Amino acid sequence: MTATSKPKTRRPSIRITRRRIIALLLILLGLFIFVEAGTLDSELVTTLTFESTSLGEEPTVGNIPVPTSPYLVVIGLLFIVSGGLNLVEWQESRPRGISLALLAICGLLFIPTVIIAAAAGNETNLTTIVAESLRLATPLAIGAFAGIWCERAGVVNIAIEGMMLFAACFGFTTLFFLRATPLPLETAQLLAVIIAVLAGGLIALLHGWLSITFRTDQIVSGTVINILAVGVTSFVRREYLLSTEAGAAKLGNIAIPILSDLPVIGEAIFTNQPIFFMMFVMLAFTHIVMFYTRWGLRTRAVGEHPHAADTLGINVNRTRWTNVFISGMIAGLAGAWFSLEATGSFNDGMTRGAGFIALAAMIFGKWTPIGAFGAALLFGFSDSLGIRLQMVGVGFPVQFLQMVPYAVTLVVLAGFIGRASPPKAVGQPYVKE
Amino acid sequence: MTTAPPVLEVRGITKRFPGVLANDNINLTLRKGQVLGLLGENGAGKSTLMNLIYGLYKPDEGEILVNGEPVEIAGSKDAIELGIGMVHQHFQLVDVLTVTENVMLGNEAVSGPFLRRDRARAEIQQLSREYGLDVDPDALISDLPVGIQQRVEIIKALYRHADILILDEPTAVLTPQETRGLFKIMRALLDKGVSIIFISHKLKEVLEICDEVVVLRRGAVAGHADPKESTEQSLASLMVGRDVILEVEKATATPGDEILNVLNLRVNDDRGLPAVEGVSFTVHRGEILGLAGVQGNGQTELVEALTGMRPVESGRFFIKGVDLTGASPRKVTERGVGHVPEDRQRDGLVSSFTVMHNLVLCTYYQAAFSQSIVVDDRAIAENARQLVQQYDVRPPIINNIAGGLSGGNQQKVIVAREFSRDTELLIAAQPTRGLDVGSIEFIHKQIIRMRDEGDGVLLVSSELDEILSLADRVAVMFEGEIIDILPIEEADRDTVGLRMAGVREAAQDGAT
Repeated sequence: MTATSKPKTRRPSIRITRRRIIALLLILLGLFIFVEAGTLDSELVTTLTFESTSLGEEPTVGNIPVPTSPYLVVIGLLFIVSGGLNLVEWQESRPRGISLALLAICGLLFIPTVIIAAAAGNETNLTTIVAESLRLATPLAIGAFAGIWCERAGVVNIAIEGMMLFAACFGFTTLFFLRATPLPLETAQLLAVIIAVLAGGLIALLHGWLSITFRTDQIVSGTVINILAVGVTSFVRREYLLSTEAGAAKLGNIAIPILSDLPVIGEAIFTNQPIFFMMFVMLAFTHIVMFYTRWGLRTRAVGEHPHAADTLGINVNRTRWTNVFISGMIAGLAGAWFSLEATGSFNDGMTRGAGFIALAAMIFGKWTPIGAFGAALLFGFSDSLGIRLQMVGVGFPVQFLQMVPYAVTLVVLAGFIGRASPPKAVGQPYVKE
Repeated sequence: MTTAPPVLEVRGITKRFPGVLANDNINLTLRKGQVLGLLGENGAGKSTLMNLIYGLYKPDEGEILVNGEPVEIAGSKDAIELGIGMVHQHFQLVDVLTVTENVMLGNEAVSGPFLRRDRARAEIQQLSREYGLDVDPDALISDLPVGIQQRVEIIKALYRHADILILDEPTAVLTPQETRGLFKIMRALLDKGVSIIFISHKLKEVLEICDEVVVLRRGAVAGHADPKESTEQSLASLMVGRDVILEVEKATATPGDEILNVLNLRVNDDRGLPAVEGVSFTVHRGEILGLAGVQGNGQTELVEALTGMRPVESGRFFIKGVDLTGASPRKVTERGVGHVPEDRQRDGLVSSFTVMHNLVLCTYYQAAFSQSIVVDDRAIAENARQLVQQYDVRPPIINNIAGGLSGGNQQKVIVAREFSRDTELLIAAQPTRGLDVGSIEFIHKQIIRMRDEGDGVLLVSSELDEILSLADRVAVMFEGEIIDILPIEEADRDTVGLRMAGVREAAQDGAT
């Protein structure tokens, strides 16, 4: 029972645990950074700046010059040390806590390190990186919220991609035709977004019909919708939209009162397009509904243990229908981002798998809105990094650096957060009796 | 006493499922402030009847009266409104939610659309105090032991102002101490005017707590009984429809040499936390070592380790003198170990396979059933035909899908497979859990037979009665340790019950 009866370690076998694998990866990564740092010119300095996005006018708030090579040496050593510490399975709580804390610090430092390494010898504007990451995270985060609404109620939604594509197409088509009418642009755009949202909801009803009413396998039903979306939207484009002269206007910027007057971030973040702001609205909405309202409690119960909910008089299938519909509308909003907010045009397959990345964000975020938002940000950062690096022009394939945040996510999730547990009843049609 | 007004009457209820007459013209009367015992074997129609009363099924014929008024119960919502509460055999609790959230689910305290957890919590605390249902309203269900989960279920019913409470096999998962606690709670409820339908197949409990007993057999009422004038024997006969031998007949054991030797074994559970903390014992040929203990004290992990299904952290075990620590399940099996696993659906059967294939799950590759890489279905079928007869699997159709059999018959398939092999050590975990009297009697006889044929038997059970009637020695496991091993003569209900609750003898306190 006590320390005296500790097991005799007769067979000192080293067991491969999750943490040990992470630790090994960390050491390898540290070595890599260390070696890389050696090859760099030791005079190189990365300057981190904080400027607003518009060119020149605003004064720079601050510059942080970072000597690239020494920084990387330090980081490399830190990675190696914390990896080494984590190889040991500490029994005592103190070294255990210290090694875990170091691991967490390494995780946090990773992204800045990538930026600093990539921009060696250059200036890099952190404000734009943040703003760009947020902007590119928008469809992913909103798509992930759509997934949460559906899956928390126990219905798998891999059709987010298809719903987005439908919404992007029909939203744009609406705008395209309304532009020919005397309606003012803002009204036409608003109607277009509404149609996009409803299109998403309508497709979701098809998903509900197949997977709730007919109890089709939910993955199959979702796949059907994804395939259907590709076909229908490209047909619509070829048939009606090809005569597009210049493309319709994108959604205009909105400046949030007061906040938009803040230096630097006021312009970079708080002056932005409407669906971007809707991301935050949906984040708050989803979080509050799921965890603080009656509807959310029932939704979660239905997704976890539908029979228990049924015995308490909750209509399982009606709850699921409603959630699937809401999920579709939210996915529709994410779809509108592509055609109405980001580009002002519609192209075949323009969602480029964002629906699936949104699902990944939902899973990485453990089916919570805040977690999913964080994961979407990471993916958005990865996108923006890729774009930036292409502009700066680095020595080695950009795709590698683009991969890094994804790889980090996988490692961090596998190492820290552990097994993600979906709602228990997800994917199972509910059959009464 | 029987003159109390009826609160719930069931008149002529009939329910048919495709091919089955689940309830056949059933009549029942529950009176205010009383306990009506509903007794019957598995498949006798008890659960169907309760689901009809609770509105989960619709009756084909007959009517239900609440407080003398005929009512239509179309769903659980209606039942709740009529003051009927049900504690299901398999708890209907959402694991990832807290006690408060589970209790208020479907009947939430809200202001606007927002939950008012504080109000629900206060109400739960009020109920806790009133009925002695001690529970932490903010605990997650997944962190609570089953006994407490059951209290949450009862609170759920009371929160909805239930005055008719249906308890479906409430004691199946409880220790003797917890059962006593439940009875105390039930008596408190009765004093407040709640009426209870108590479903069980544990005769002793039915006799203790009930005011009246109705016995169901094959969907119909087989008889009524007054607990004061009944015995376990009479109820069992009524239930099964023939005379049942409740006492297991067995000769005294003649233990031979050691067959299983466990030395300071340590095993972790799924979360990597220690579950078995340094356990040592031996099993001899020709004896049954009963391992008693409340579920979740490391028995599961111990059995899994001994059968090769779970890695051993330290310590070792020997079967017939050979160190099999860390050996694969097949190695252990081939060493002459039969294993009746605790979770028969998960570890005992491939439920989508036929009976005949399930009967050769650990021997299919041997010469008797395979030629080179081809499985010999004819030999497998022949083997199955014999075993199905011998072990009384019903229906005796070897091409049936195992998952479609009743629990008792699934267990008979497993027992047939494991007991018919050439074994020397038998590890049986919860071999009769959830089975009816008839099947229990059969499986107990088989275990005794194996012992008499010279096998060593390790019997793990959380049913104290099972341990006491079968075992030759009783080991009690508590929090991962074996805190006592008693010869059967010294193992009485109270001593073993106390050990199961973790009370050691004073003399032993410092020793561990």
